[in-house]
Amino acid sequence: MGDKNVLRFTLNGRQVEVLAEPRELLVHVLREQLGQTGTHIGCETSHCGACTVDLNGESVKSCTVLGVQAEGAEIITVEGLAKDGKLHPVQEGFMQEHALQCGFCTPGIMVRAFRFLNENPDPSDEEIRLGVSGNLCRCTGYQNIVKAVRYAANKLKAARAQA
Amino acid sequence: MDAASAAETLNKDHLMGIGNARKRKEDPRFIQGKGRYIDDIKLPDMLFAKMVRSPHGHARIKSINTQKALGLPGVHAVLTANDLKPLKLHWMPTLAGDVQAVLADEKVCFMGQEVAMVVADDRYIAADAADLVEVEYEELPVIVDPHKALLPDAPVIREDLAGKSEGAHGKRTHHNHIFTWEVGDREAADRVFGQAAVTVKETMTYQRVHPSPLETCGCVASFDKVKGELTVYLTSQAPHVVRTVVAMLSGIPESSVHVISPDIGGGFGNKVGVYPGYVVAIVASIVLGRPVKWVEERIENLSTTAFARDYHMTGELAADRNGRIKALRVHVLADHGAFDACADPSKWPAGFFSICTGSYDIPAAYARVDGIYTNKAPGGVAYRCSFRVTEASYVIERMVDVLAQKLDLDKAEVRLRNFIRPEQFPYRSSLGWEYDSGNYPAALQKVLTAVDYSGLRREQAEKRARGELMGIGLSTFTEVVGAGPRKTCDILGIAMFDSCEIRIHPTGAAIARFGTKSQGQAHETTYAQILATEIGIPSDVIQIEEGDTDTAPYGLGTYGSRSTPTGGAAAALAGRKIREKARKIAAHLLEVSAEDLEWQGDRFQVKGVPDQAKTMKEIAWAAYNNLPEGMEPGLEAVEYYDPPNLTFPFGAYLCVVDIDRHTGEPKVRRFYALDDCGTRINPMVIEGQIHGGLAEAFAVAMGQELVYDDSGTLQGASFMDYFVPTAVETPYWETDYTVTPSPHHPIGAKGVAESPHVGGVSAFSNAVIDAFAHLGVTHLSMPYTPWRLWQKIHDLGLDKRSG
Repeated sequence: MGDKNVLRFTLNGRQVEVLAEPRELLVHVLREQLGQTGTHIGCETSHCGACTVDLNGESVKSCTVLGVQAEGAEIITVEGLAKDGKLHPVQEGFMQEHALQCGFCTPGIMVRAFRFLNENPDPSDEEIRLGVSGNLCRCTGYQNIVKAVRYAANKLKAARAQA
Repeated sequence: MDAASAAETLNKDHLMGIGNARKRKEDPRFIQGKGRYIDDIKLPDMLFAKMVRSPHGHARIKSINTQKALGLPGVHAVLTANDLKPLKLHWMPTLAGDVQAVLADEKVCFMGQEVAMVVADDRYIAADAADLVEVEYEELPVIVDPHKALLPDAPVIREDLAGKSEGAHGKRTHHNHIFTWEVGDREAADRVFGQAAVTVKETMTYQRVHPSPLETCGCVASFDKVKGELTVYLTSQAPHVVRTVVAMLSGIPESSVHVISPDIGGGFGNKVGVYPGYVVAIVASIVLGRPVKWVEERIENLSTTAFARDYHMTGELAADRNGRIKALRVHVLADHGAFDACADPSKWPAGFFSICTGSYDIPAAYARVDGIYTNKAPGGVAYRCSFRVTEASYVIERMVDVLAQKLDLDKAEVRLRNFIRPEQFPYRSSLGWEYDSGNYPAALQKVLTAVDYSGLRREQAEKRARGELMGIGLSTFTEVVGAGPRKTCDILGIAMFDSCEIRIHPTGAAIARFGTKSQGQAHETTYAQILATEIGIPSDVIQIEEGDTDTAPYGLGTYGSRSTPTGGAAAALAGRKIREKARKIAAHLLEVSAEDLEWQGDRFQVKGVPDQAKTMKEIAWAAYNNLPEGMEPGLEAVEYYDPPNLTFPFGAYLCVVDIDRHTGEPKVRRFYALDDCGTRINPMVIEGQIHGGLAEAFAVAMGQELVYDDSGTLQGASFMDYFVPTAVETPYWETDYTVTPSPHHPIGAKGVAESPHVGGVSAFSNAVIDAFAHLGVTHLSMPYTPWRLWQKIHDLGLDKRSG
């Protein structure tokens, strides 16, 4: 155990401040201190990706990031994907293409897909599969997840064309 | 528009009822991070528990010292078997009629066994304290091979059973023997084998695997000392039975026990059982008077709660020279681990393994299963299948291929020659099942045509000539799901019915509650669709609830593809009860007799007079203020459905695999899955279930295995070592269907989510082995990792660089 430190970062566009032990994992800071339980824990070894969050523009597995490493960072979790009461195209795609069943892996995969489509706005199906390969799903067999990401890519492309 | 298509439009488009591929009602919360899973539950003053587990496969506990752990600030308790003994809770009954140590009583029998539970302020302190619990062990000889477990001088695993020659399922013949289960006419089968023109025999191991849902098991137990009430949130596929078990074990009246299954992050059989972690967390909460949360880590999940399979099988077929099967014999050594904690209906120690005659008309059959104790984790659950059906289907689907190879016949042709013919249904199998409906030849023919089977075989011949490895795997499986009829199926003495309770509100919206529990199967959507069609109100305004034992009617839960066969049937019949009362109210409102009315999908209409009608919405309002004289107000119904039979979904799958003869890497080029689950409630959901089941079948066939070394140490129980495929390895799936309704189910539906796993594993296996069939190979053990396949390739000398 160690003394608690004040930890400040931006969570889904909002400044937050918490007291955290040096050893406390980011996923526990988010879930237990800040009540953002959309980010899940599935394996504790960085394999399953259920805990994926966006940290300074990169996808990270928050079960193997210390809370203190998030000092000053910009973090986006599943709770921050929708804007002004409107679903993000990735969220919409997951619902439209039946890309989720039990829903446990879903927040992590969507947060990853959100970042992936920033990195590669017009991916092939093969690139999508590789792009979400850090996230495990036990329910869907992935095929509809690929379709959902494709749906979001198309929707984001159409929005860019209009802008 | 004619009347039939108008009704179809009303049902599918307006009501979004049976047959509509509507979007899921549960999705909005899940895609916004608002699901509520076990670890999301946080109660005031809640403590966190952590198990101390055995590092040994078999050892005597000489001492447990908890002083250091208790000395750590923030630690509230360390519980051991000695603390549970006064409460008589150090052992608990299993679903299979055995007992299991809740916390190890003097010895440990498998690696990872529960030894003590630490309860602390948070999970970090609990983990620190667990490391401080000092346990002194004296190691004992270990048995991990079920064959060796039956040697006369094999170590005694279960000393607590010393002298007990009778188990829950009859006579025990050895100290590590649990039961022998026999089915069929052995003498008749032996006679056929004695005279048969052709016989084949193959030994195969269906390896130990784990369902590994992405969410592990866990609970939050909260005992209210003032009220004497216990509330337990837990990851259970069967919360009502858990409530009954908790009441029986604790002595707390069942009415004061509240069990709630919240959202569940996948189950696949892993969340059927009652685990020591739940029991000790409950005791800890009662002792401390505070809520206690216990959630498994992944390594604990893979190594302690509910493995599947570990069936060591020998299959034999007798046939004539045309490949017509005359008899089947199967023997199984079933490794159940250290405690018999299989999750099967009470009278079925090997589950529904007797479905091992599959889709084939086999006149004589005999199967025998011997359950064995070893120093491995307890379990034996149905990993995405009905009880032991995957194992049964595997042995027959493999044996049909072995027979075809022996006779040099095409593997599809042998299947077509042996199928139960459509006109034989209902069909009674030689092992006692009454198959409800099926059309196997049509299903297989449709697949063969769709993939150009003869073209594939031609391509394979060309590739073989060039030394390349290409396999075509077929699986034409039949499942048995929907347990089950009261006369044969029970869990701990409770019949395996299921239930629906529906209440129509005055505005015509409704709430319906069920005894089942979805873990991702979309019950909130599909049950609402059944009710929409039956009652005539849109599925959008029918709210479905499950999992809270205070509000939901009693039911046996969700596993073995039983929700649609039982809960779905209950929904349909409860809906019909609503409709019958609605008819009387409509007659009253329209001032005609009930017999003069006809149902029009969402309204009762005076026969032949369309403008004389009352919609269900209008009737719902009237149910609360304008009723016939003497009728009680309200519009509610309850149905407890005891199914007359099980249902028998089936399918025809084809898999094409290419194997690199230099690296051993298998690549699934094509997978075509045709399923027949009877009436289709939501085609989108069905397709999703098929995709998921196939992916899990792929995982089992290609990589999953829980391997123990000779010291009883599990070789890898994290996602580093245990194979869960990513999107990159997982093949692309093609799906298709036929519809052969179940004659005894109210809407003709059969259940579907497990078929792809049952049929998928043997299709992958048959494909990989078919790639080597021309070289005389009749069987290869799963899982088909590149290393394992390369070894076979190397043994056969196929990896020589020439050509």
